[in-house]
Amino acid sequence: MEEERKEMMESSTQDRARREADAPVAPSLEPAPAPSPSGKGWGSHKLDNTAKTVEAKGVDLYYGDFHAVADVSMTIPPNKVTALVGSSGCGKTTFLRAINRMHELTPGAYATGVIEIDGQDIYARNVDPVEVRRLVGMVFQAPNPFPTMSIYENTAAGLNLNSSKVSKSEKDEVVERSLRGAHLWDEVKDRLDKPGSGLSGGQQQRLCIARAIAVEPEVLLMDEPCSALDPVATLAIEDLIQELKNNFTIAIVTHNMQQASRASDYTAFFNLEKSGDPGRLIEIGETTKIFSNPEKKETEDYVSGRFG
Amino acid sequence: MSGPATTPSAARSLIGGDGHMPKQATWIAVGAAAVAVTALLLLLGIFAWGFFAVGTMIVASGGIYFWSRTVEDRRHAKDRVVTVSITSAFLLAMIPLVSLIWTVVSKGINRFDVAFFTETARGVIGEGGGAAHAIWGTVIITGIATLLSVPIGLMAAIYLNEYGGDSWLRRALTFFVDVMTGIPSIVAGLFAYALFEIFFGPGIRLGVMGSVALMVLMIPIVIRSSEEILKIVPNHLREASYALGTPKWKTITKVVLPTALAGLVTGIMLAIARIIGETAPLLVTTGVTDSMNIDPFDGRMQNLAVYAFNEYKNPGVPPEPSLDRAWTAVLVLILIVMILNLGARFVYRRYGTEIR
Amino acid sequence: MSSFDTTTNAGQILASASGGRRRAGDRIFSNLTVIAGLTILLLLAGVAIFLGGQAWPAITASASELPGGESLVNYVWPLLFGTLLAAALAVLIAVPLATAVALFISHIAPRRLAQPLGYLIDLLAAIPSICYGLWGIAVLGPATVPVTQWLADHVSWIPFFGGPASVTGRTMFTVAMVLALMILPIVSAVAREVFSQTPKRLQEGARALGATRWEVIRMTVLPFGKSALISGSMLGLGRALGETMAVAIILSGSGIISFNLISTSNPSTIAANIALQFPESSGLDVNVLIASGLVLFAITLVVNMGARAIIARTNIQ
Repeated sequence: MEEERKEMMESSTQDRARREADAPVAPSLEPAPAPSPSGKGWGSHKLDNTAKTVEAKGVDLYYGDFHAVADVSMTIPPNKVTALVGSSGCGKTTFLRAINRMHELTPGAYATGVIEIDGQDIYARNVDPVEVRRLVGMVFQAPNPFPTMSIYENTAAGLNLNSSKVSKSEKDEVVERSLRGAHLWDEVKDRLDKPGSGLSGGQQQRLCIARAIAVEPEVLLMDEPCSALDPVATLAIEDLIQELKNNFTIAIVTHNMQQASRASDYTAFFNLEKSGDPGRLIEIGETTKIFSNPEKKETEDYVSGRFG
Repeated sequence: MSGPATTPSAARSLIGGDGHMPKQATWIAVGAAAVAVTALLLLLGIFAWGFFAVGTMIVASGGIYFWSRTVEDRRHAKDRVVTVSITSAFLLAMIPLVSLIWTVVSKGINRFDVAFFTETARGVIGEGGGAAHAIWGTVIITGIATLLSVPIGLMAAIYLNEYGGDSWLRRALTFFVDVMTGIPSIVAGLFAYALFEIFFGPGIRLGVMGSVALMVLMIPIVIRSSEEILKIVPNHLREASYALGTPKWKTITKVVLPTALAGLVTGIMLAIARIIGETAPLLVTTGVTDSMNIDPFDGRMQNLAVYAFNEYKNPGVPPEPSLDRAWTAVLVLILIVMILNLGARFVYRRYGTEIR
Repeated sequence: MSSFDTTTNAGQILASASGGRRRAGDRIFSNLTVIAGLTILLLLAGVAIFLGGQAWPAITASASELPGGESLVNYVWPLLFGTLLAAALAVLIAVPLATAVALFISHIAPRRLAQPLGYLIDLLAAIPSICYGLWGIAVLGPATVPVTQWLADHVSWIPFFGGPASVTGRTMFTVAMVLALMILPIVSAVAREVFSQTPKRLQEGARALGATRWEVIRMTVLPFGKSALISGSMLGLGRALGETMAVAIILSGSGIISFNLISTSNPSTIAANIALQFPESSGLDVNVLIASGLVLFAITLVVNMGARAIIARTNIQ
C-alpha cells in the first residue's frame, strides 16, 4: 500500500493530465482482473491513475423494508460531470452513496445489483468497502472539516488516517497540491496550522474537496456540495468542478437546475411515482439534451417547471 | 376558573383589574409577613428559624393573594401567589446548602493546617495528628477505581454507540447499566467483601477491595456520560472519515474520540467527584486504620470520608480535637469535589467547542 | 450478477480483500469493546451471585442461630419498614420543593441567573453524604428540636408526632429532611430538563391568549412535565432507599416499628444498620447483614426499573 501511494504521489497532477490526453476514455482500457478466489482482491493491485467509468446495472437500494431506489442502470463516464437531479426523496442521494458503499453504513440498509468501476463489481463478495471508498471520494452537503484538526491536518487526514508511514515532505507536497487543486492554497497558506472550522463556509467546503482529492481517488461524488453556500462561494465551487473533471470522474447531486445546466456534461433525472414508491432513473443523457429536448414527458415537466 | 381569553369584558383596563399594585408589592408583602410572623412567634414564645421561614412564606403568599384580589383580579392574584410560593420554596431549599457550607467551613477551618496534611492519626488521642494516611488512601483507592473503570466504561460506551446496532448485547447492556446505576453504595461494598472473602477468608480488609466496590459504582456513571458525549459527535464526521477510506476503528480512535475528548474528560472528572466522597462501601471493605498504608494489597487503608466518620463516631479524650479533625476532613473532601466539578466545567467550556 | 445484503456496518460485512492488517485492527478493536461490555454483565452477575452466596447461610439458618434469636424475616422487616418510611417521607418533602426549584430556574428566575442557579443545585448533588450526615446531626437535628417539641406538645394526637420529642434531634423527622435535601437535586434536574423543553410555541400560544405566567405554567409546562416528575421522584426514591451514611450518623435507631417521627426510638434502615453493624460483625451475623443488603438491592432495583420504564414510555410519545 505504501509503495503504491508513493508511486501515486510521484505522478503529479500535470503528469496525469498529460497521460489522460493520450488515453482519454476508460472503457477501452484493459479490463481489470477479477478478484482472485484466494481473497486477494483488487485493492492489492496497482490502480491506474486515470479516471474510471462507473457502471450501475440493475441496482436496487433498501433501507430495511423500505425500497428506496429501484432498478437503476446507468453509466457515469470518466472525465465528465454527471448531475443527478430530481425531486426530494427520489433516491438520488441514496444512489450516490451506493457508489462508494456509504449506503450500507445506515443500519438496516442494503443493496442488490452490480456497480462496476472499470469492470470490477464493487459489491463483489471479497471486495473491501474501505478500499472502495479510497477509490471513490465524497464531498458532503454541509462542509464537515474535522474540528480537532488544523487546515493542514484536515487536508492530510486521509494520509494520516490510513497510513502512518508518509514522510513529512511527502505530506507537505500532497497538502499543497490538494489545496491548490481545490483553489484554496492562496487563501490558507499562511495559516495551515489554524483549525479548519475557522474558515468561511465556502472555504470549508473547498477544504473538504482538498481533503477528498488528497487521497487521489478516481471518482469524486458530491452530494449537493453548494446547498449550504452563498452564490459567490457556489460559483467558485462550480469553477473548481470544471477543473477537477480533468482528473476525476464526477457525479454530483443537485437540487439546483441552473447548477446542473451550468456545471454538468450529463444529467440523470430520477423520479418516483408517489410517496412511498421507490425512486427510479427516468432518463439520462447529455445535459443540453435533457434540458432542451428530453425524451420523457416527466423529465420535461420537471426541468421546465423548475427551470422556467 | 375561566379561560384567560373567554372573560367577556367590554371596557377592561389593560392592567387587569380595577387598579394596580406598586412594583415592589412582592417585597412589601414579604417584609410585612416576616415582621408579623416574628411578632407572633415571639408572642407565643416558640421562635425557631424553621417556623420563621415556613411561616413567612405562608403569610406572604396569603397576603399578596388577598391584596392582589382586592386591587387587581383573581387571575393576577393567583399568578402572584404562585410566583411568591415558588420563589420562597426555592429559597427554602437554598438555606440548607448555605448552612451546610458555612458549617463545614467554619468548623473545618480550625484544623486546616499543615499538620493535617502531613501527619497521621497514629497514637493520637487528644489534640494534634492529621489525615495524611487518609488522604493518601483516598488518592490510591480512587485512583485504582478510576484505572479499572475508565477503560471498561469507555470501551463499553464505544460498543453501545458505535458497534451495538440492534444486538442482544446492546439491549442487555443498556438495561443492566441502568440496573447498576441504582445499586446502593453499601451493596457495592458488600459485593466487594463477598468477592474477596472467598479468596482471603472472613474479616478481610484491603485497599483494593474498596477500589472494586467503587468501580461497581463508577462504571455506570462513566458509561452514561461517555455514551451521551459520543452520541453528540456529529455523524457527518464519521461519514467524512469513512469516505476517505478509513477503517472503522481508526475512524473511532482518530476522529470520534478526539472530537469527544473534552466531554469524555469532563464526564470522568465528574464520575471521580461522585465516588471520591463515598463512605459506606469503604467502611465494609477497607476498614479503619490510624496508620499510613500505601499498599492497596496489604491490610486496611484509610479514606477521608471514613476518617471523618470514625473521628466523629469514636472521638478521643477530650472529644473536641477529634471532631475538629472530622470537620476538616469533610472540608477537604468538599474542596476536592468542588475543584473536580469546577475543573470539569472549565475543561468542557475551554476545550469542548468541537461538539457544541 | 452478485448481490449482497447486510444489516449494520461496513466493517463486518466482507472478508478482507487486501488490507488484512487493517481489518485485523477492526476486528481486535470491536472485540475489545464487546469484551468490555461482557465484563460489565459479568460484574453484575458477580454482584448477584456473590451476595446471594453470602446471604444463603443466613437464609437457611434456623432462627435460634441468628442474632437476637429471631427469624431472618423478623430481623429484616423492621429495618425494611424504617427504610421505606424514611425514603417515602423524603420523597414527600422533596418532590414539591424540587418542582418549585425547577420551575423557578426554568421559568421565574431572570434568564441570566438560570444557569448559575442550576450549577448551585447540581452542587447539592455533588456533596458527599458524610457531609450531610455530620451537618444533620450537628446543625439540623438541634434546629428541629423546638419544632418537634411544639408538635409533641400540641398535636401529639397525630401518630407521626406522638412524642415524647427527642432533645437531640436524632429522629426520623431530621433524617427525612436530610434525605429530601439529598434527592432534591436529582428530582429537580429531571424536572428542569423537561420543563425547559416545553415547546416554545405552546407557551407563546398561551401567552398570546392573555394567560398569566402561572396560567402558562399550569396549562403547558406542568402537563408536559408530569411523567418526568414521576420518574424523577422514583429515581430519588431509589437513591433515598439506599442512602447509608447520613442515616447512620443522624438516626438513633433501634429495631422497632413505629410511625412516631420525633421520639428517641426510631426504626433503623437496612443500609444504616449494615454500616453500623458490619465492622463489628463476624460469622453468621455478616451473612445476615448481607442478606438484608440483598433485600435492599432488590427493592431499589424494582423502584429504579419502574422509573426507567416511565422515562422510556415518555420518550416514545
